[in-house]
Amino acid sequence: MTKGSVDSIESFGLIDGPGIRMVVFLNGCKLRCRYCHNPEMWLKKEDNYLPEDILKKAIKLKPYFKKNNGGVTFSGGEPLLQSQFLLETCKLLKKEQINITLDTAGVGNDYDELLDYIDLVLFDIKAVKPDEYKKITNYDIQKSLEFLNKCQEKNKKLWIRQVIVPGINDNEESIYELNKFIKTIKNVKKIELLPYHTMAINKYEKLNIEYPLSGVPDMDIDKCKQLEEIITKKIS
Amino acid sequence: MKEWNEFACGNWCHKIDVRDFINKNYTLYLGDDSFLESISNKTKNVWNKCSELLKEELKHQVLDIDVNHISGINSFEPGYIDKNNEVIVGLQTDKPLKRMINPYGGMRMVESSLKAYNYKLNPEIEKYFNQFRKTHNDGVFDVYTPQIKLARKVGLLTGLPDAYGRGRIIGDYRRVALYGIDYLIKSKEEDYDNLTGPMIEDTIRLREEVMTQIRALNEMKEMALKYGYDISKPASNAKEAVQWLYFGYLAAVKENNGAAMSLGRVDSFLDIYIERDIKNNVLNEKEAQELIDQFIIKLRLVRHLRTPDYDELFSGDPTWVTCSLGGINLDNKPLVTKSSYRILHTLTNLEPAPEPNMTVLWSKNLPENYKNYCAKMSIETDAIQYENDDVMRPIYEDDYAIACCVSAMKLGKQMQFFGARTNLAKALLYSINGGIDEIENIKVIDNFEIMTDDVLDYDKVKTQYFKMLEKVAEIYANTMNIIHYMHDKYAYEAGQLALHDTYVERLVAYGVAGISVVADSLSAIKYAKVKPIRNENGIAVDFEIEGDFPKFGNDNDEVDLIAKEVLEKMNLELSKHETYRNAIPTLSVLTITSNVVYGAKTGSTPDGRKKGIPFAPGANPMHGRDTSGALASLNSVAKFNYASCCRDGISNTFSIVPSTLGHDKKTQIENLVSVLDGYFIQKAHHLNVNVLTKEILIDAMNNPEAYPLLTIRVSGYAVRFNRLTKKQQEEVISRTFHGKM
Repeated sequence: MTKGSVDSIESFGLIDGPGIRMVVFLNGCKLRCRYCHNPEMWLKKEDNYLPEDILKKAIKLKPYFKKNNGGVTFSGGEPLLQSQFLLETCKLLKKEQINITLDTAGVGNDYDELLDYIDLVLFDIKAVKPDEYKKITNYDIQKSLEFLNKCQEKNKKLWIRQVIVPGINDNEESIYELNKFIKTIKNVKKIELLPYHTMAINKYEKLNIEYPLSGVPDMDIDKCKQLEEIITKKIS
Repeated sequence: MKEWNEFACGNWCHKIDVRDFINKNYTLYLGDDSFLESISNKTKNVWNKCSELLKEELKHQVLDIDVNHISGINSFEPGYIDKNNEVIVGLQTDKPLKRMINPYGGMRMVESSLKAYNYKLNPEIEKYFNQFRKTHNDGVFDVYTPQIKLARKVGLLTGLPDAYGRGRIIGDYRRVALYGIDYLIKSKEEDYDNLTGPMIEDTIRLREEVMTQIRALNEMKEMALKYGYDISKPASNAKEAVQWLYFGYLAAVKENNGAAMSLGRVDSFLDIYIERDIKNNVLNEKEAQELIDQFIIKLRLVRHLRTPDYDELFSGDPTWVTCSLGGINLDNKPLVTKSSYRILHTLTNLEPAPEPNMTVLWSKNLPENYKNYCAKMSIETDAIQYENDDVMRPIYEDDYAIACCVSAMKLGKQMQFFGARTNLAKALLYSINGGIDEIENIKVIDNFEIMTDDVLDYDKVKTQYFKMLEKVAEIYANTMNIIHYMHDKYAYEAGQLALHDTYVERLVAYGVAGISVVADSLSAIKYAKVKPIRNENGIAVDFEIEGDFPKFGNDNDEVDLIAKEVLEKMNLELSKHETYRNAIPTLSVLTITSNVVYGAKTGSTPDGRKKGIPFAPGANPMHGRDTSGALASLNSVAKFNYASCCRDGISNTFSIVPSTLGHDKKTQIENLVSVLDGYFIQKAHHLNVNVLTKEILIDAMNNPEAYPLLTIRVSGYAVRFNRLTKKQQEEVISRTFHGKM
């Protein structure tokens, strides 16, 4: 059994995937997104959870999962950096017929078999153009595109997500670019634009890391909704 | 009988059996809320007048007091709000919101409440009542032992109904509508005639009680006649059914000032009359809703005169006109009718309000449409509580209702001896401190040694604690017996018991507070290192904790099972004692708002809670310690067993930020239904649901005038936020709100 490094588990997740979800936050991420709101999960820490530990917790919450395909979401950090642990965990969860969602930017390794166990991928597109991707994440776009191809190959259902930050991508032009890109992808079931918020500033202070977007205000929720509607309209 | 035309007959036609009437005649409704009608003009006029009066009342806390009459079924002249527009009539006194004095429970309570609001009792009443009439409170204090008085003084037992009405009795008010008063009298007279044999205490007492009940039934008739209605015969249409039923209830709140004066379960009952009238084209939906709206207005105006001390325990002037809705019957068919919707719809037509205390009896087999409607109303109003029909029905069958917050009883067949609660956390400190009170520094419980250990030993503390609980249970049981003996003797609820079977089953409702503090304290002692900090007398006044420990509310058996074991022990000990009138012992984990007062009266505890800090309400985990999300928190509470341990209820209050419940209303509703289904399928008992943000509450605390209607659920009831004390507002704000980034 492979142990995994888990930051925390939220028993009542309602926004990361369909229905009611147990969200497992995994440690470790290669990206350094400027708006990251979980910087405490950048580094992989000690391996503290066995796959059975996750299973046990999930079973206790099973009564809440019934409607709308509720289940377990793996988020982080970047869950794909712990593919082996996830694979073993997902095998156990699938025996219990629990819906599994993966919340990822696609920057990880050895996920081929793992994807067979995933019911839905929340794919976070940081940016469409390589230079902007690099600017936001300080990482190369290639890895994430490889992941997307793999998902397409395996016909995985996708929800596309992007964090909208004032002054960076909160303009219609950027949304059109995103939309153009999404149109090239199949199996897209939903598109969610997530308004950037400043609630993570405290975390940065605690970790003694300089806040990369200091001075940037919260994204206006209504404006973000409007932008989202531009895309969803085009889809339908 | 012509009033029963078109009803399917059954056992109910031959003897009093309201349950049978309902099951033979009700119309199940599986549709959605689209049939509901808006408020009528008449209702609007009446409610506008009430809103003005309520605003006025809020300014002065009490609008008016009748100091010249004593409470009683027929003691007051008829009163109206707006006679021409009132479809349903009847007030407690001759004016809306004018409170009565009820000295039968205790004269001191009357005097101190009058003093608090600058009123003076009619000197004649004062003189003669004091001279010639002994009260419940007098009786109790004639008999209390020194130890009981001490337990009361230090707050080991708090909120005891020894100076006011015990409440928690639900008359089967439906009987008035279905049978009419004359038939009820006839039936009581038969019982009276059959009460023969050796005249020993039980028989004598019951004969006297039945005769008193008959007198009360006659008074009900007279009281209704003053309003121009003859209720001696059964109700012949929907309007009369609502009016007759309400007169039954009104008699109860004119006669008694119990803490909880609950309504019962009337939705499917009234619906039968409404359906019949609609079918016969003598009533339309608008008029049906008008009847219900106006009935609910009346229930919202019920008031009792309380002291400031009382308000501190039960804040916000609650009356617990608990109205039980839905549920399913013994054949698994939902008891959901259009009137189950109409009653909740009053929260829309008349704006949200804490009373009546809307209580949905949740079953996994409720119609999905009704589940969704309830969830929607919860999100919009925060005024609903949910209780698990699937765990109560096997015990109380399908014609029970909730009294107060969580207390189930069979309507007309069972009554309850309300028992307030004992402080489990204080008892834990007593077991460490040799029975000496940590705040008052007096010995309350004999034969316990003060612990002198540097580091507390789990097995030793647990053994001592369980011994202490035996002692506490004994004192508590004795106290209950005295209180209810005297209550029956000096403040008998004749009107309510006239609407019960003569041979009624009694439940004695014990309660506990502070379970999460005790669980976390024992967990700290077991899994971390807890060092008492002692004063010069060797009493532990604080605790130093080294290391971490599992905390109740995270779905962690290591601590959750400790809490469960403590409750089971307490229940076992309480059930060992003989009870007055062979009442069946039951236990609740419920604090109402008294968790604040309990905390104030309890020293620092081994879980790190400091002296004076409020307990969590009911069975809730301590504030901020349930860090694994809402469902883990719910699952911890769901481990307490209703059927085998806490048959008087396990109260849990759940507050969630709307945006974390889902992006849009539809998703929010679906998710809330999933939460309720998931919680109750695990046999959990009760859930209060609040959907609001902490920021709103903070703003409401600072700008009360901007939130006149803000209603929230606290432990077991709903309350207008602006009627809580500042301390209680702060406590509510400090509670865990489930929401994540």
